[in-house]
Amino acid sequence: MRIALFATCLADALFPAAATATVRLLERLGHDVVFPAGQTCCGQMHVNTGYLAEAVPLVRNHVAAFEGEAWDAAVAPSGSCVGSVRHQHAMVARRAGDDGLAVRAEAVAARTYELSELLVDVLAVTDVGAYYPHRVTYHPTCHSLRMLRVGDKPLRLLRAVRGLTLLELPAAESCCGFGGTFALKNSDVSTAMLADKMSTVQRSGAEVCTAGDSSCLMHIGRGLSRLRSGIRTVHLAEILAATETGATRI
Amino acid sequence: MSTFLGTPSLPAGTGNLRGAQSFPAAARKALGDSQLRANLGAATATIRAKRSAAVAEVPDWEQLRAAGSALKATALQRLPELLAQFEANVIARGGTVHWARDAAEANRIATELIRATGSTEVVKVKSMATQEIGLNEYLAEHGITAYETDLAELIVQLGHDTPSHFLVPAIHRNRAEIREIFLREMPGVDPAITDDPRVLATAARTYLRQKFLTAKVAISGANFGVAETGTLAVVESEGNGRMCLTLPETLITVLGIEKLVPAFTDLEVFLQLLPRSSTAERMNPYTSMWTGVHPGDGPQRVHVILLDNGRTRVLADETGRAALHCIRCSACLNVCPVYERVGGHAYGSVYPGPIGAILSPQLTGVTGRDDPNASLPYASTLCGACFDACPVRIDIPGILVHLRAAEVDARRGGLPGPQDLAMKAASAVMASPSRFAAAERVTKLGRLLGRMRGRITALPYPGSKWTTSRDLPMPPAETFRQWWSRTHDGSR
Repeated sequence: MRIALFATCLADALFPAAATATVRLLERLGHDVVFPAGQTCCGQMHVNTGYLAEAVPLVRNHVAAFEGEAWDAAVAPSGSCVGSVRHQHAMVARRAGDDGLAVRAEAVAARTYELSELLVDVLAVTDVGAYYPHRVTYHPTCHSLRMLRVGDKPLRLLRAVRGLTLLELPAAESCCGFGGTFALKNSDVSTAMLADKMSTVQRSGAEVCTAGDSSCLMHIGRGLSRLRSGIRTVHLAEILAATETGATRI
Repeated sequence: MSTFLGTPSLPAGTGNLRGAQSFPAAARKALGDSQLRANLGAATATIRAKRSAAVAEVPDWEQLRAAGSALKATALQRLPELLAQFEANVIARGGTVHWARDAAEANRIATELIRATGSTEVVKVKSMATQEIGLNEYLAEHGITAYETDLAELIVQLGHDTPSHFLVPAIHRNRAEIREIFLREMPGVDPAITDDPRVLATAARTYLRQKFLTAKVAISGANFGVAETGTLAVVESEGNGRMCLTLPETLITVLGIEKLVPAFTDLEVFLQLLPRSSTAERMNPYTSMWTGVHPGDGPQRVHVILLDNGRTRVLADETGRAALHCIRCSACLNVCPVYERVGGHAYGSVYPGPIGAILSPQLTGVTGRDDPNASLPYASTLCGACFDACPVRIDIPGILVHLRAAEVDARRGGLPGPQDLAMKAASAVMASPSRFAAAERVTKLGRLLGRMRGRITALPYPGSKWTTSRDLPMPPAETFRQWWSRTHDGSR
């Protein structure tokens, strides 16, 4: 299958390992990955902060970049960015009075998947042949869980990883407190939510906390690093891309 | 002769709908109260678990939610017609209907009605509408004492406190604190009272019984008003409400205009949705309904005050109006991670939590950047737990974004603030792949900064809001884009 990668701006600029892992994983599974070069950002930050007019050029850019290439499915290693493409792009376009853009955005969104959705629903694979000999706990990020309803797909993928010990995360469905600009606008509440999330990650007994969103992992991971907890955050794609012959020390 | 053009300007809500400080400032204070954090964390976790068990028992829960949502949407669409029908039916059955544009009018009408009875004491059924208009305080100023009869409301009233939750107004208190309040404030209380919940409840019962038996006037809100019959319904758990609704001679009900449903049979849906969402009960313990006056049975003078107080204003907003679907079950409060940390007082309004964050600013309107209610739509991570829990499917995250956009749009044309400039700049950069790639190269300067100590731990304001509790991610040696062109572009 020909799969278009939406790397997301955060992964591209700060967490490229999530995107490179996605490429390596899909290529290992025998797929052809393309990277539509015009892509930048889905505009989620603008939409969620109320700057809908400023999000319009980003939606237009995203739609144009992905329309310009031939592909069967698009994938992003991010629940929230896929949520933005699927649930916000057409709304932003319509609100700006551009119904044509809204229709085009809907067409791109209809074939855009979060990584676990692509693997399980589209490519029909749960055992991706990964090897990751670590104690891992999974944080179901809010947008993957409630906006995309990925359900237990990430857990099914993780359970099939050889060497991996999956540990339950207490109060897993509770938000980590990131929320984009919320982390700055309501820094104190965000910190209180993060503190509780970090304490459950520590209680889980895991050495690695994983999730399908670099943004939530950045929040949890940079908090854990401040605590000198020794617990790492690793994107789900990196775990699924890891094999015995390479990259077990991700 | 004056010429009338367009719709009349809609009145903004007044009363207890706006706090003195912004949400972040009020939240900071609440977060410092470790007792509050412990009380709230324990209480919301318990209610959450019970609610999800009660909801899981119903196989057609999603259809019920959809039905509740559709009924509310229809009722709001037909509101003018339903209000007229409701009024006619209440009058036909011997009741009296009053219309109040705002809190001041509603308070004045209620006070005049009480004065006409010659009474200076009233018993109250727990009611959000009367809290919204500040009725108790208004009555006190006019020489009338109002006694709250709901146990939790009584605790709040005796504690000279304000409620922090729809359903559990004293959720921020634990039993040791309640014992202290009773000991200090409850007339005739046993000095040897313990903090055993049963002992506390018995003390309240003894105290309240006296009030039920002597009061000539009761004041209530109502969960529903039925247009086709003129029926009012109150749903409660303790039976105190039923005492107030049946014993006194005069009953005054303050009803938000959005509480109307078209038909009696519509209650079937809501009386399934409400108890499971709010108290996690399969069926509500006390559901009282009354229709006008029945000679020799119950109150002989029945008054309904129909309250607007900003509601028509909310109704005028196509996206935001769904906030009026709310049946005040409090499920969204109990699942909200923000509410769980800070409690209800931080929201400044009698309507706290996620629903309060969309309802309060819409009812009052936002008067500018410094209006405390302007900060409410931002008091959420948009995690979506509230939408999932809402029994009438109010898309709270969607309305939060809509209100944020309205706030941003209201500022357009004026002097842009630092956030406006940052967002515009980010939009300009991110709308272009070449500018974005150039910006990525600049962020790598951060590597130099971080390399000195291995990690980045402090930034100047406003970045300091991040670095108070979190390190900064270190920019990578190579962006994805660069990796891709190094590993893939040559081969294609």
